[in-house]
Amino acid sequence: MIPMSARGDNPLRDAQDRRLPRIAGPSGLVIFGVTGDLSRKKLMPAVYDLANRGLLPPGFSLVGFARRDWADEDFAQVVHDAVKEHARTPFREEVWQQLAEGFRFVPGEFSDHQAFENLKTTIQDLDKARGTGGNFAFYLSVPPKFFPTVVEQLKKHGLSEGTEDSWRRAVIEKPFGHDLASAQDLNQVVHQVFRPSDVFRIDHYLGKETVQNILALRFANTMFEPLWNRSYVDHVQITMAEDIGIGGRAGYYDGIGAARDVIQNHLLQLLALTAMEEPSSFDAKALVTEKLKVLKAVKLPRELGKHTVRGQYAHGWQGGEEVLGYLEEEGIDSGSRTDAYAAIKLEIDNRRWAGVPFYLRTGKRLGRRVTEIAVVFQRAPHSPFDTAETQELGQNALVIRVQPDEGVTIRFGSKVPGTSMEIRDVTMDFAYGESFTESSPEAYERLLLDVLLGDANLFPRHQEVEQSWRILDPIEAYWDKHGKPEQYTAGTWGPRAADEMLARDGRSWRRP
Amino acid sequence: MNIDLTETTSSQINAALVKARRATGTPAVGMVLTLVIVTDEGNHYDALKAAREASKEHPSRTLVVIKRPGRSPRDRRMARLDAEVRLGGETSGETVLLRLHGELANHAHSVVLPLLLPDAPVVVWWPEEAPDNPVEDLLGQLAARRITDAAATEDPVGTLRQRAETYSPGDTDLAWTRITPWRSMLAAALDQRHSKITSAVVEAEAYNPSSELLGMWLADRLGVPVERVVSDGPGLTAVRLETEDGTICLDRHNGSLAELAMPGQPDRHVALNRRDTAELIAEELRRLDPDEMYAAAIKFGVTKLGSQVAEERVPPSSDARSDASSDAEAGGAGSAAEAPRKTTAAKTGAAKTTAAGKTAGAKPKARKAPAE
Repeated sequence: MIPMSARGDNPLRDAQDRRLPRIAGPSGLVIFGVTGDLSRKKLMPAVYDLANRGLLPPGFSLVGFARRDWADEDFAQVVHDAVKEHARTPFREEVWQQLAEGFRFVPGEFSDHQAFENLKTTIQDLDKARGTGGNFAFYLSVPPKFFPTVVEQLKKHGLSEGTEDSWRRAVIEKPFGHDLASAQDLNQVVHQVFRPSDVFRIDHYLGKETVQNILALRFANTMFEPLWNRSYVDHVQITMAEDIGIGGRAGYYDGIGAARDVIQNHLLQLLALTAMEEPSSFDAKALVTEKLKVLKAVKLPRELGKHTVRGQYAHGWQGGEEVLGYLEEEGIDSGSRTDAYAAIKLEIDNRRWAGVPFYLRTGKRLGRRVTEIAVVFQRAPHSPFDTAETQELGQNALVIRVQPDEGVTIRFGSKVPGTSMEIRDVTMDFAYGESFTESSPEAYERLLLDVLLGDANLFPRHQEVEQSWRILDPIEAYWDKHGKPEQYTAGTWGPRAADEMLARDGRSWRRP
Repeated sequence: MNIDLTETTSSQINAALVKARRATGTPAVGMVLTLVIVTDEGNHYDALKAAREASKEHPSRTLVVIKRPGRSPRDRRMARLDAEVRLGGETSGETVLLRLHGELANHAHSVVLPLLLPDAPVVVWWPEEAPDNPVEDLLGQLAARRITDAAATEDPVGTLRQRAETYSPGDTDLAWTRITPWRSMLAAALDQRHSKITSAVVEAEAYNPSSELLGMWLADRLGVPVERVVSDGPGLTAVRLETEDGTICLDRHNGSLAELAMPGQPDRHVALNRRDTAELIAEELRRLDPDEMYAAAIKFGVTKLGSQVAEERVPPSSDARSDASSDAEAGGAGSAAEAPRKTTAAKTGAAKTTAAGKTAGAKPKARKAPAE
């Protein structure tokens, strides 16, 4: 009933007025699976932080849906505790008061028709009492096997379509399937109910400042882009390492593995952003066009056995703690062939990148928690210095540190002070914490706000998801038939085979 | 790490900075700007505290220029520079307190210039007394951004007029910064469908230039007459936009939680907290390009605003100054008694001239009427 149609001609808005933040229009958020970890640790705090920064519309409402016998107050208490514990910004009573007025809880199971009727009534009541204007986003923080039930229920009870100019959006989390076929099935299920443009797939990596900065670094500057091609770049390493094991996620993880869990989405997205051409503008459509183009140009190595590696962490000591091996973890079959570590080599078949390998690796129980993109440059074609002088000189590199210690490092050679000519690697460093705000917004804050604003820039579209599976599926199929994961000691940087894989190309992994 | 330097020079201070940076083991310079605070011995503590908070978001080299011209002719003749270099600790930036004695107080720019970070933007902030024309000031000339605070002056509204006359791109005022949350909430309200707005009212306590700025902004953007009403505060208390269907009202009487009422919609609470100076400075430093909205609002002209006697309301007699340091829209609401003002509704466009004519004479005088 109260649409955002006036947005375009609001006399109080002006493109020049950059102090005014983007505030979402009247809207509400419904979270399914609201009792889950993600919801408590990320979503609820993000909602509060957004409210605290004044970015939520007046009357914003949060509806929880779960199988719990809770009243609205119990739910508010749960959110309160979650916010107190996990929110980034300080707790302010008046912000909380304003926010808490819009909390509702609907108990029920996903198959329960009455519960969805209750949800519908709740939403209608909120429109009346809080002025949410019929605009609601449904956040499916539930295992993918429940997606079909939930979206069908939404459709059946008329919740998936807004009236007149109000909107309804669906937000889903990874995994987006476990291979191409299942991803297509999933997309079909969701798209039957929601329009593709109303489906927001969360890849929280894309909400990170450092990831958005890749585009700024590349396309807002002049000094990097001329080097950003096969004439200067030797190879690219994209690493996402975790120091934790699978913890209690055995049920989800076993059978999925590191490649499906991380490479298919996060690392291929990072690769796309690193390698893509300049988009014609910074809107969702132009971005997806370029990302898709580069993903389609990705070429797998001919001999998968030589250029892909998987591993499982073995019992060992990590950072002063004795930790279990993957096969000893609770709930894991001792004969499991799931990869807890995966490294693959990809090439991109286009004019910019032909012949430049992209090495992607991820794993659990590695040396430390780190995500980074390292662009390693070629050595100087000719050096006037003799080899003794440049013995300690490595290859120049530009490293984008995605997390933690977000920033950018450039490594190059410099003369060591002294009488002899001796050249050694030094680094030049930019750290976010040093030059910008000490507290940049959490990825989920940005992404939730974008969902409410309908801004799809930072969300992978279904074509990208499907294209990523096309890249990974042949590798998974090969692994299925050949060999088994190599064991590596927990707390090290992965199996020996991974080092051999790069040594074969005359290269080595960077120690992040 | 603190280094005290007496009877020093800028180059000795620079050397001390390098030495201090080495000693703390952080030789990399990640600072993004130089913030120059021009103040006096009595006010530098609060200003520096706010700047230190803000530097958590914007690591900067903070130069605090403390002028001590001296009282006796002998003191005034001599010239001495004392400096205190502070580095490390909780802040990521560097702070240098510069005490300019005697004649040197008139040549602050000569001390500051060698201490500016290379290539980084310079911001000058006058927390209290600002020069009449900031851009002509020798320190102001060094800066890309010049921050003043009309609320801290004796005659806030008169100051606004002065700022409008001397406006130059890069000028900005904390009285304007204080109303960003209000502006953003009002803009969000108008994002929703509403009927035509016919007039507006801004309600705030007296001596609060923020209310004038908000009024001028509304008048300029909406093209409707805007009235200014004096209330008991604290700070801004309400904005009412009259539409054909009723009133859009954003009302905040307790200084933190406001109520938004729109015709045909349920009333809703919105948090509208009054912010402290550190937050204001942090917002100012976020963008260093000229603020064209501020220019448009201030140039609209204070005299074109209508103001209204608030039904002969009894002015509050409590001293608001204690509140003013951690303040928000209140600003320099030191003496709280207010003068009744004439009512006139200003119109833009065709009616502009008449409205301007009506108010022109009455305004400034009414402002200065017995206030104690």
